[in-house]
Amino acid sequence: MTADKNVTQNITQVIAASSLGTLIEWYDFYIFGSLAVIIGQQLFPSDAGASALINTLAIFAAGFIVRPFGALVFGRLGDLIGRKYTFLLTLVLMGGSTFLIGLIPSYSSIGYAAPILVLILRLIQGLALGGEYGGAATYVAEHAPVGRRGFFTSWIQTTATLGLFLSLGVIVLTKNLLGAEDFASWGWRIPFLVSILLVVVSIYIRMKMHESPVFTKLKAEGKVSANPLKESFQKRANFKMVLLALFGATMGQGVIWYTGQFYAQSFLENTCKLDFNESRYILLWAILFATPFFVVFGSWSDKVGRKWIMLTGMLLGVLCYRPIYQYFLDATNVKEMQKTALKSTSEPVVERGLVKDKLDSLITTTVVKTLDNGITFRESNVVILPDDILAPVPEPQTVIKDVTLSGQTYITVILLVFFQVLLVTMVYGPIAAFLVELFPTQIRYTSMSLPYHIGNGVFGGLVPFIATLVASFSGSTPLSGLWYPIGIATLSFIIGAIYIDNRIDKTVMD
Amino acid sequence: MNAIKKFLGIVWMLLGPVIILFLFMQASDKIAVAAEGIARTNTTLQWSIIILIFIPICAGLVIFGFYAWKGEYDKLPES
Repeated sequence: MTADKNVTQNITQVIAASSLGTLIEWYDFYIFGSLAVIIGQQLFPSDAGASALINTLAIFAAGFIVRPFGALVFGRLGDLIGRKYTFLLTLVLMGGSTFLIGLIPSYSSIGYAAPILVLILRLIQGLALGGEYGGAATYVAEHAPVGRRGFFTSWIQTTATLGLFLSLGVIVLTKNLLGAEDFASWGWRIPFLVSILLVVVSIYIRMKMHESPVFTKLKAEGKVSANPLKESFQKRANFKMVLLALFGATMGQGVIWYTGQFYAQSFLENTCKLDFNESRYILLWAILFATPFFVVFGSWSDKVGRKWIMLTGMLLGVLCYRPIYQYFLDATNVKEMQKTALKSTSEPVVERGLVKDKLDSLITTTVVKTLDNGITFRESNVVILPDDILAPVPEPQTVIKDVTLSGQTYITVILLVFFQVLLVTMVYGPIAAFLVELFPTQIRYTSMSLPYHIGNGVFGGLVPFIATLVASFSGSTPLSGLWYPIGIATLSFIIGAIYIDNRIDKTVMD
Repeated sequence: MNAIKKFLGIVWMLLGPVIILFLFMQASDKIAVAAEGIARTNTTLQWSIIILIFIPICAGLVIFGFYAWKGEYDKLPES
């Protein structure tokens, strides 16, 4: 009884220390994505328009693309010198690069040096994260008692979502405290700078941790791998499992993760024109209610196996994404709704100015409209009067923004985002235990990190970038971008259903 | 089930090159549109990133298909 209590206390400390560091690394990684629109305005010329957002998303994606390389570099280190020191190093790299992003001057000060410097720091972030997750998951799994590996590793699985939650929370809080103008001008740097404090706390806690008992035993027996990379990828028996993990599980898991937790918010903000805070509040509520399900599904996978829980999440995503996003479009189509359900219109506010770098006059007339169902939005009519009075006057442009939902529609949108995050918990909750059980201890850190980071980082991380790019094709619809996650999840579901065994390994001491 | 695994192995081996071909066709089409100044997105850089990333992944899919076709996944190793 006392021994059991000691084991539980020990594993609780292990989970707490590992999770805190991993959570902070995810926070560091995600604030960039959550601020993509504002960072795009700071890093690129002000008239870059949609290409600024896509280029910023490309820099955001670059961090994901290098994650597999981080997995190789730090995974190798972790299998050679141990789990503890390796993920201590990744934490320092992540914290330092995030802090420095907060100090980068804008495009107006240093020109294209600004995006280049951010790109370099973003690559360092990606490398660090590539080394972090595999270490934390392996470390916890190697401490976990038999039959409860899914439950204990699922705590590590909550950290990515909680890191996103924390990043959104800090951003919304900072913006509300400073006001929209100051936040867009300089306040966006604060979430990056705050990171250094969190990292220092986490480093202190991690310094006190002990090495994994499984790795310590391996080291004492002199069985540590001399060349983990070679063993992982040149031995067919291991390499075929790396490929199976990638194509049958992590690839589908990655796109479900990033569609539910990133693309949903990006779609609501950029396509449905929801207010900046509103789109983030919706995601915050959804994450808050869905996060406990990581542990529920992780724990359940100890009883019924990992495979079908993960694959069901993928299948539901494939089937439900288009109807869900169609609802988002219909529920926020204020242009059509105002034809029959306009309740009130505010007094117009007229702003006059000049078109950038030209002498043409720019007249913007803005009104706030309220519909019968409580939805409000800002409608601006933009008229350009050419300086040359003989030149033709362009057609006025109507711009809709800052849509805020209310009542039933607001709750339905939260529920639909919650459902998407629930699918994330199904595919992501059991996956750490699944990956740990696929590979032997000597090469576990290296072998599980690579498919995880290609699946989650590359396939998943590219969702906002590729989906936005696809939706920009001529002839595409706002829903066209969804074909990328749907296609990848379908392929992963088929491969996983046919090739993966629904097994639960009793021991990882091999 | 093993027969299906092997048959699908051929499908995966073919799918890898097909995806790369599809990406190249999309890239040349979309970059041409961007070059005419119709769109400011879909630049050579953006498409180069996508193609560069997916070439090794598609190579991995071909190898996966080859292993499946050879029966490597008929029985997975026990722990």
